[in-house]
Amino acid sequence: MPQLDFANPLLLTQVFWLLVIFGALYVLVSQVALPPVARMLEERATAIAADLERARALKAEADAAMAEAEREQARARAEAQAQIRATLDAAKAEAAKAEAELSTRLAAELDAAEQRIAEARARAMAAIEQVAVEAATAATGRLIGVAPDAAAARAAVGAVLAARQG
Amino acid sequence: MAAEGKTMDALSQFELTPIVAGFSNSNLYMLIAGVAISALMLIGMQPRARVPGRLQSLAEVSYEFIYGLVRDQIGHEGKKFFPFVFTLFMFILFGNMLGMLPYAFTFTSHIAVTFTLALVVFVLVTAVALAIHGLHFFSYFFPEGAPKALAPLIIPIEIISYLSRVVSLSVRLFANMVAGHVMLKVFATFVVMMGSAGVLGLLGALAPLAINVALVGFEFLVAFLQAYVFAVLTCIYLHDAVHLH
Repeated sequence: MPQLDFANPLLLTQVFWLLVIFGALYVLVSQVALPPVARMLEERATAIAADLERARALKAEADAAMAEAEREQARARAEAQAQIRATLDAAKAEAAKAEAELSTRLAAELDAAEQRIAEARARAMAAIEQVAVEAATAATGRLIGVAPDAAAARAAVGAVLAARQG
Repeated sequence: MAAEGKTMDALSQFELTPIVAGFSNSNLYMLIAGVAISALMLIGMQPRARVPGRLQSLAEVSYEFIYGLVRDQIGHEGKKFFPFVFTLFMFILFGNMLGMLPYAFTFTSHIAVTFTLALVVFVLVTAVALAIHGLHFFSYFFPEGAPKALAPLIIPIEIISYLSRVVSLSVRLFANMVAGHVMLKVFATFVVMMGSAGVLGLLGALAPLAINVALVGFEFLVAFLQAYVFAVLTCIYLHDAVHLH
């Protein structure tokens, strides 16, 4: 077995060079090769943590803005509804007032018209009495040749008219 | 180096040959491993990209793998041993992996190499334990609460088990690498021998060839696993040195 061939001087020099190469590698690795890796990993970890932190802050900000917008929208909707209700109420009140005005005016006109009718009727009644007296006097005169007394004729016509109207 | 004639020669692959005087092929592959590790770490980390490329990922994964191992096994105090464990793991891993290349030399298949590495670990562990705990370190050899009467029995056993760490650590790696490479060589020799024995032999050679394909995959696993085991045990020993028990 060549590994146990201690007569070979290369077996010992092999160990010497092993120590030299391993020692040099250790120095190189520990002083030159590993620190940049450690820095790199550290840097990446902090960068990722910072990015996550920023993302979290932005999300919180967005959530706040969203809540604000929702609140604003709800407020606007309530305001609009209140305005609609107010406008509707005002319109209703206006309509009711106009209707009331119209009905009082119509009632007044009706009263005036009724009064005018009553006056006209009274006037017509008065005229009819006069005509009836004259007609009765004339008719009596033609029938019996004697003109009746004006007062008696008026009383008789008045009695008949009163009976008719009765 | 393949089977010459009809003889089976599975061990010549471990032969040390000088590249220059006193500098063997084994040392050449140590140098290649060292250069490859340095290249991986230095060139790989060159882009310093926040989103790493392939080589940078490999460098970072190696770092984090060993860093996690050291942190989990040794604890917070383990940080200062991290460069050593990292160097040790990468050196053994690259030695094992380079050995899987055809015609390459596997320096971890030499007991002198693995024993030296284990001795370095042993000396470091003992020095750390002595530096941290002073003479109190020797209480490690007598567990607290054990009956005093058993001291003559327990103390030699503990000392032997402590010393045998060097042997178990080095022989485990050495034996695994030797066994694997001998098996590969033996089955490869079968393929050549049977393949040169006519049509039937050619068909029969398929079996050892298939076995060798499986063995190569298995050897890659062993190459990683043994480097990992060496590193884990080093961490456990360092943990013992830092915390005593």
